[in-house]
Amino acid sequence: MPSGDNAFMTALQLIVGLDQTLVGIVLLSLQVSLGAVAIAAVLGLPLGAAIALWRFPGRGLLITLLNAFMGLPPVVAGLMVYLMLSRAGPLGSFGLLFTPTAMVIAQCLLVLPIIAALCRQVVEDLWQEYEEQLRSLGTSRGRAIPTLLWDGRFSLLTAVLAGFGRASAEVGAVLIVGGNIDGVTRVMTTAIALETSRGDLPLALGLGIVLMLLVALVNGAAYLVGESARRRAG
Amino acid sequence: MRRVFLVSLILVVTLVLGPAKASDQYITLASTTSTEQSGLFRHIVPTFREATGIDVRVVAVGTGQALNIGRRGDADALLVHDRLAEERFVDDGYGLDRRDVMYNDFILIGPESDPADVAGVDSVLDAFRRIAGAGASFASRGDDSGTHRKERQIWSEAGIEPAGRWYRELGSGMGAALNTAAGMDAYVLADRASWLSFRNRQELTLLHEGDDALFNPYGSILVHPDRHRSVKADLARQWHEWLVSEEGQKAIASFKVRDEQLFFPYAQ
Amino acid sequence: MNDLHRQPGMLALELEGLGFRHRDQVLLRDVNLRLPSGSRTIILGPNGAGKSLLMRLCHGLLQPTWGRVRWAGSDIQRAEAARLRQAMVFQRPVLLRRSALANIEYALSLRGLGRRARRARAIEALEHFGLGHLAARAARVLSGGEQQRLALARAWALEPEILFLDEPTSALDPAATKAVEDAVMDFHRNGTQIVMTTHDLGQAHRLAEQVVFLFQGSVLEHTPVEGFFSRPVSRQAQAFLAGELVW
Repeated sequence: MPSGDNAFMTALQLIVGLDQTLVGIVLLSLQVSLGAVAIAAVLGLPLGAAIALWRFPGRGLLITLLNAFMGLPPVVAGLMVYLMLSRAGPLGSFGLLFTPTAMVIAQCLLVLPIIAALCRQVVEDLWQEYEEQLRSLGTSRGRAIPTLLWDGRFSLLTAVLAGFGRASAEVGAVLIVGGNIDGVTRVMTTAIALETSRGDLPLALGLGIVLMLLVALVNGAAYLVGESARRRAG
Repeated sequence: MRRVFLVSLILVVTLVLGPAKASDQYITLASTTSTEQSGLFRHIVPTFREATGIDVRVVAVGTGQALNIGRRGDADALLVHDRLAEERFVDDGYGLDRRDVMYNDFILIGPESDPADVAGVDSVLDAFRRIAGAGASFASRGDDSGTHRKERQIWSEAGIEPAGRWYRELGSGMGAALNTAAGMDAYVLADRASWLSFRNRQELTLLHEGDDALFNPYGSILVHPDRHRSVKADLARQWHEWLVSEEGQKAIASFKVRDEQLFFPYAQ
Repeated sequence: MNDLHRQPGMLALELEGLGFRHRDQVLLRDVNLRLPSGSRTIILGPNGAGKSLLMRLCHGLLQPTWGRVRWAGSDIQRAEAARLRQAMVFQRPVLLRRSALANIEYALSLRGLGRRARRARAIEALEHFGLGHLAARAARVLSGGEQQRLALARAWALEPEILFLDEPTSALDPAATKAVEDAVMDFHRNGTQIVMTTHDLGQAHRLAEQVVFLFQGSVLEHTPVEGFFSRPVSRQAQAFLAGELVW
């Protein structure tokens, strides 16, 4: 990778030069973070909606826990996944440690509470508005979940993007479970940490700028899709 | 609208499943930040891969953590630098066949102003005594790495129990420790490889080197397959043998940063 | 009470000793009513009398504290099952964030209609209410009057035996109000029983066959519309009609 004294010049060189190593790291970063967010959304959205619609004992505790887990330190999440996936751990036989899959699992653990907690709030508000009408039409609670998720899709997009922001920004979890292996599990954030510890601060900052551009790009794309859809759907 | 969501879903799924690395033959090597960050593995692993078709995935951590990864069976081989701990690792049945592979040396880094006046002293023990005596800032890795263990050993041989505001235990890797030392004009014990590849030196300079006590040998150990059946014993052994072979030793010797050789062959 | 039981097997609504309490407040007490199938009933009363509450109990959206809602002429026991043969139009229509057509199709899918039958029925309903040209438009961007008509079209597509309407025109302009009233009469011509609340006495006069007058949670009168407007029996109804008791 190029290396200079100026972070912005370095960032520019990285982007313009389409550095092969960088392209690989960027693709892996997207793959891991988007994968984690996708899985967390598939699990977290229905979970959040279900918590919003049903009343059951321990619900308040569950909501509190979910909200608390939004602040789960990435290092702790990483450590938990590490102990699970380690050969000496309960899921060791799958041999997932130090693979991108392990990183997806760890980030999923970080993102899931965010998506589920924000989704619960969105769906609960929506349910207030819709409940009588939907029940009048004969919608069961189970059937209401996809309906409400679909109708809340614009607010939920924000929840999912918040999850993506957390996933793409964290370094603690992927470093522990991925091992920052060159060409295999090195992503943007661990590469930045590595270059920082090598004292190549311009390159580290340059990578940071590339990462921010990347996140901005994903958010921008999501915003455009959401806005055009919102304009059509009202 | 539904179509847009469907397309994005497909996109995500391809992203997730798409570039799944298909390098089937590989071993996981737990090694130290100093070796990885110097760029050594980028230099020698391709040569090994060409010869054997085996890829080496390096997880770079402190020596203490590397040994722990080996103990849990999460790596197939280790390349670390703390001989006492390495021997204990083998004696405890976690590893086997420890071999000397290469060495470099530790060096004492400090600010150019050299407030403890260690530049001219004969031994590193004296240098450490002067630092403690002057109460000059000292940045300790504090992370149970090979370098940290070496540093503790020097303090103990110098008869000093370092404590006080001048002694900063950082709990971080070599690079982070160097960054911190540069930031607060502190002395720091480093391995030569990390120092040579370190770019954010600011006022830091090399103040002491060449002492016998600063000898820094690296050993290769195989993780014992009896402990963990998942260990790729055969592949790991090929790497292990290659490291101490003539070819491997030549590859190590030919690795240079700014025309300076960082590691020296040491196989017997 | 005249028996308007026109089609055997259709739902006749019977309320027996119905009451509702929220926390310590009794909001509805001892309501005994029989609303024959095919009738048009307007529930009147000042704000807070319990009109909306009564309708929600009838529709099964709330569970009564006392008494029960019975469906004479049928073996339906559960409120959920009864609700599938009813529809309700609310003061502010709740439409889903999708096209007008999809809103109706959604309601039909809950009744187990196949995709093709849904589409045909939904288009028919939209055209019946003069909304055919808006089928692909997002429901949420329609005007208030169009939205309420869409809610009516959705109810119409379900072919309910009873249609509940909770102040359906209170937020609409005169033209849209007229459209809703026409729709109500249209429903009724097709055999649907109407139960509706309103604040508009003129509207009540135009639409009702019979009037239920509620005051502070009790039914004070249940009479044919002419009788109610010309000879109210209770002092409260007299005051209400004189405009002295609305709030």
